[in-house]
Amino acid sequence: MATVEHIETETPQAGEGVRRRDFINIAAVSFAGVGAVAVVLPLINQMNPSADVLALASTEVDLSGIQPGQAIKTTFRAQPLFVRHLTPAEIAKADAVDAGSLRDPQTLEDRVVDGKKQWLVTMGVCTHLGCVPLGAGEGENKGEFGGYFCPCHGSSYDTAGRIRKGPAPLNLQVPEYSYTSDTAILVG
Amino acid sequence: MSFPWAEHYTPKAPLMKWIDERLPLPRLVHGAIGAGYPVPRNLNYFWNFGVLAGVALVIQIVSGIILGMHFAANELVAFGSVEHIMRDVNAGWMIRYAHANGASFFFIVVYLHIFRGLFYGSYKAPREMVWLLGLVIFLLMMATAFMGYVLPWGQMSYWGAKVITGLFGAIPVVGEPIQTWLLGGFAPGNASLNRFFSLHYLLPFVIAGVIILHIWALHIPGSSNPTGVEVKGPQDTVPFHPYYTAKDGFGLGVFMVLFAALMFFAPNYLGHPDNYIEANPLSTPAHIVPEWYFWPFYAILRAFTFDFFFVPAKLLGVIAMFASILILFFLPWLDTSPVRSGNYRPVFKKFFFFGLLPCVLILGYCGGAPAEEPYVMISQLAAAYYFAHFLIILPAVAYFEKPLPLPNSITESVLNRHAIEGEQRAVPGMGADPQPAE
Repeated sequence: MATVEHIETETPQAGEGVRRRDFINIAAVSFAGVGAVAVVLPLINQMNPSADVLALASTEVDLSGIQPGQAIKTTFRAQPLFVRHLTPAEIAKADAVDAGSLRDPQTLEDRVVDGKKQWLVTMGVCTHLGCVPLGAGEGENKGEFGGYFCPCHGSSYDTAGRIRKGPAPLNLQVPEYSYTSDTAILVG
Repeated sequence: MSFPWAEHYTPKAPLMKWIDERLPLPRLVHGAIGAGYPVPRNLNYFWNFGVLAGVALVIQIVSGIILGMHFAANELVAFGSVEHIMRDVNAGWMIRYAHANGASFFFIVVYLHIFRGLFYGSYKAPREMVWLLGLVIFLLMMATAFMGYVLPWGQMSYWGAKVITGLFGAIPVVGEPIQTWLLGGFAPGNASLNRFFSLHYLLPFVIAGVIILHIWALHIPGSSNPTGVEVKGPQDTVPFHPYYTAKDGFGLGVFMVLFAALMFFAPNYLGHPDNYIEANPLSTPAHIVPEWYFWPFYAILRAFTFDFFFVPAKLLGVIAMFASILILFFLPWLDTSPVRSGNYRPVFKKFFFFGLLPCVLILGYCGGAPAEEPYVMISQLAAAYYFAHFLIILPAVAYFEKPLPLPNSITESVLNRHAIEGEQRAVPGMGADPQPAE
């Protein structure tokens, strides 16, 4: 019986455009497609940072022990953070450069909090491929511009953490931070 | 598959007959890598490396599964569990050294396999699909090797993971979210280690699957040969078994001698001492390089130190590095010369041995050297030549070159060579289908 009904209902309508069966096919496949996407999204999203990784998203740093000319390495979001106490000579050196001529044009003022020009806070992550540049530790190579030097692919940063030479495209990233007191900052 | 004169499978043992009637697996093996696969009679030792690559994969899978029984993919204990394998697990040191050096040997034989294909024109019609599938295997191998290198969670593991995932960070707009997504964090961490272990375990089996497709595609036209002249009749071929199983067996013996020599006498020669220091996110090793098999590509990555119009140097290097492999996918249509074998192409041969080959070796050397002059400039010149070779030189040579006359058939080339060498050995009868020795 089913075969007979099939012939009766399908054949006369063939070629007349949209059939009921086409509508059912499209509706069924679309529904299955939406369902498949709904399943795949969490399977992809599970690879994004989990809640415990995101929970480590702020760091407090005490500045009181850092002498002019010194720098410390700490961590922010599991990555190195450089906090540097610039000497007047280093500030003068950074200010002497015409910012417009740089690859990533920024002045030192753009990169520090107003009135706290001596405190340079940057990520210790080379903007090329993510190595930790040298120069924050005592006796480390600061590169030819006196700031930081990345040993992986030879990028040199100046005393304001700006890219001056090598393959890195951007200045060392300045994370969001605020002063909680005169000698402490909260990063993140 | 392949030629009409291929030997038919006739099971001798009753058990094989019973199995073959219910599941024709013995028939499949016989036709794929047994007496049922007719192969050109003139293959030289460069044709060993496909089988050797297959053996290398088996070594990696077997040793890898065993290592997986003792390894713990957690950032707190991974480094210690590798030392546990080295010191405490019975024969653990041997299995780990076999796995680490086995990866190097896998790449050695695959590079020789690729160079065989490049010189003898194995990528040309009708074998384009064999070539393309081979490149897919190569890409999968690189991904697998990279993720495997991260697992011991040493300094090189950690910083390798950071730098390689950093490549994706160079993509405009979506780059950094992709990098974070790949790592499962803002820097390599436990999530990265765990997923790399999972994928490092999976991908070798994907490779095995693509190898089956690679061999399947190969068996449609049959193997190429050093003359590049197609098989014309039964007199041009011998059965794969026993002729090439024996020849491959000899090559395998040489391979094993070299493998054992490196593994037992210089197991850390190709490694980096820094990877015996546990991963430290706050300190990058002074000289960070990937494993030797990535050096040519790493040199191309680092060759771009200048911006080009609005494209930053970092993105250029990443594009060039991926392009250096992707360009090979277009090779069958870039080299339009109808002559396959480099032996009959005098101009191509010169560019191959004095251009491409030294170029890749120089890139390899520079990729392992520090990122300073003169290596950067040498890398730039070599990278420029690499791309010029495929995009300019090969099409031009194919157009202008006058190839040498080809032999009329494989058999003729073999017989002529014997005549020239003055050998008096008896030649198997023309047209007779050689039977395998029992």
